[in-house]
Amino acid sequence: MSKEKKDKPQPAGDLDLTIYREETKEHPLLDDLSKLSPEDRRILLMTGVDPSGKERSGSFFQKDHSVIHCRTDFDGAEIMSTTTAREKYDGLTEYWGKLVPADKDVYTRRAEEHQEHGYYIRSLPGADVHYPLQACLYLTEDKLAQDVHNIVIAEEASNLNIITGCATAPGVRSGLHVGVSEFFVKKGATISFTMIHNWAEEMAVRPRSAVIVEEGGTFISNYICLVPAKDLQMYPAATLKGKGAVATFNSVLLAKPGSFMDVGSRIILQGEGCRGEVISRVVSTGGTVIARGHLVGEYPGIRAHLECKGLLLSDKGRIHAIPELEGTTSDLEMSHEAAVGKIAQEEVEYLMARGLSEQEATALIIKGFLSLDIVGLPADLKKELERMIEETDTEAM
Amino acid sequence: MLDEFQLAVKDLHVSIGKKEILKGVNLQIKKGEVHAIFGPNGSGKTTLLNALMGFEGYTVKGEIFFDGKDISHLPINERARLGIGISFQRPPVIRGVKLQRLIETSAKKNGNALEKYAKGLNLVDFLEREVNVGFSGGEIKRAELLQLILQDPDLVLLDEPESGVDLENIALIGEYTNYLLGKIREPNQDKTMKELHRERKKSGLIITHTGYILDYVDVDVGYILMQGQIACKANPRDMLHTIRECGFGECFRCFREEETSVKRKKG
Repeated sequence: MSKEKKDKPQPAGDLDLTIYREETKEHPLLDDLSKLSPEDRRILLMTGVDPSGKERSGSFFQKDHSVIHCRTDFDGAEIMSTTTAREKYDGLTEYWGKLVPADKDVYTRRAEEHQEHGYYIRSLPGADVHYPLQACLYLTEDKLAQDVHNIVIAEEASNLNIITGCATAPGVRSGLHVGVSEFFVKKGATISFTMIHNWAEEMAVRPRSAVIVEEGGTFISNYICLVPAKDLQMYPAATLKGKGAVATFNSVLLAKPGSFMDVGSRIILQGEGCRGEVISRVVSTGGTVIARGHLVGEYPGIRAHLECKGLLLSDKGRIHAIPELEGTTSDLEMSHEAAVGKIAQEEVEYLMARGLSEQEATALIIKGFLSLDIVGLPADLKKELERMIEETDTEAM
Repeated sequence: MLDEFQLAVKDLHVSIGKKEILKGVNLQIKKGEVHAIFGPNGSGKTTLLNALMGFEGYTVKGEIFFDGKDISHLPINERARLGIGISFQRPPVIRGVKLQRLIETSAKKNGNALEKYAKGLNLVDFLEREVNVGFSGGEIKRAELLQLILQDPDLVLLDEPESGVDLENIALIGEYTNYLLGKIREPNQDKTMKELHRERKKSGLIITHTGYILDYVDVDVGYILMQGQIACKANPRDMLHTIRECGFGECFRCFREEETSVKRKKG
């Protein structure tokens, strides 16, 4: 079972994979997500996925190893299982494993061997997928492993908004989620990709993502994780190949006691006039966060900035910011700004002088800290994120 | 007898660490009165306001009565809820929190008051901005005033309301400080302006280094604070005149003489 582990242990691949089950039963299809149980619907909503499908261009719902719901309400976009897409489009050979090679690490190999679906999302040339497509990867059985491979393609001059939510059902405590994701942003296209994690406390999570952005393309990633995760490790990378390509990674993380999050973003700038930005906001109330960032400038005149801010609210927590800048040509403009600290007493007192209790003041400051003003995010998505941060339980802080 | 006073401070000693900053301050502000404190830098003016508000980092001895109630052991927010408001000289920035959100969280006044005063203070565009982030000196002071007007306290503590404000803005700051202190009241069908004036019960304590704010706001009593003690209590206009003519050096002269001779009489 754990032959991967014996093969070649990875630095962060030290999970004991033998404790997870590989097989499970197939779930029946569901024609309407609003027929899910109220509990499931509530979890989906908290993960950014609206079961009513209102103001969404389409939905994809994978329960354990089965894709039980998939529909598109917009002609300019496709959403389906990657397994289906490979059958339909000659194995997707142009894309499959091109950005995240199967032999990259223990987990990508797992995903290659065990792959159970994942989503294939594509916007047609010139299409404006204004309302986001939503995809949900849902785990309903304890100690189950879910290995998915996702492919996202924005064809030339298209605009693609996506929300993906990864969550566990009530009663599930532990499990393994491995997700390979490959993003292709073609000439002049834009992908805005918002991923919300809403896992059970004992989950181990290994996303493996890579992005390629062609000339004039834009990739925006927003990653939100406000619930505990026992062991989360990811380091998505965007390669800006074409002239004027842009990538932005925004991450908002809350690490409660018992959480371990090793999360970073990397941007490799290879074209004229490329720009990149990595921004993270991290709050630890007792968990450990390693906040990484890596900018690689390979073309003269590129500009990139990395910003990591951490609030450490407990002596038991740990925030380790590791910003890296790497230039391989002269005439670059790359910078970083990292700060880790506690809430300033002065700020708390300022709000208390306006009549807020210490707890209310602290909660407001934390919520403010977490609410990144994300430029270019569609208004409804923005509202969704604000709501999520608003509903974050800051009681225990 | 205490409740005729909005604020009564008795023998207030305040230390930061081992250093005593205020060495026995006595103050009484009647309801409806506005007092001003002048004093050179480092004399303890801001420390006094911070101690009255209950900020951390100070060891406070003595008594502080607000409306007859001893508040010297209450936390900041309870003092605020009782009716004390403070305008900060250099408030912190609160990232990610919009000014409107903060005001709505703390405001007692409602209805269209926010809209009205934000417009008057030229702050409409600032409601959607993060609190104090990138605000200029004048914008900070105006935002503080807006927050306080909506909070509607009975006792207003103003820490250098005019510092860092250009001449154009100072008249505006002065005007809205008068709104805050209840000195400007809109004509009312039920009551005459005279009655409204008599009913006025809001009090203020203004710290000022330059005294410019006195050109716009009427102040009833002035003090000089020097080396942690009230060195003088007098008509604020006369006081300001002397300070402008001779500087605080003149106060020092007085202060030293009095210190070396007999124990100074107050009042």
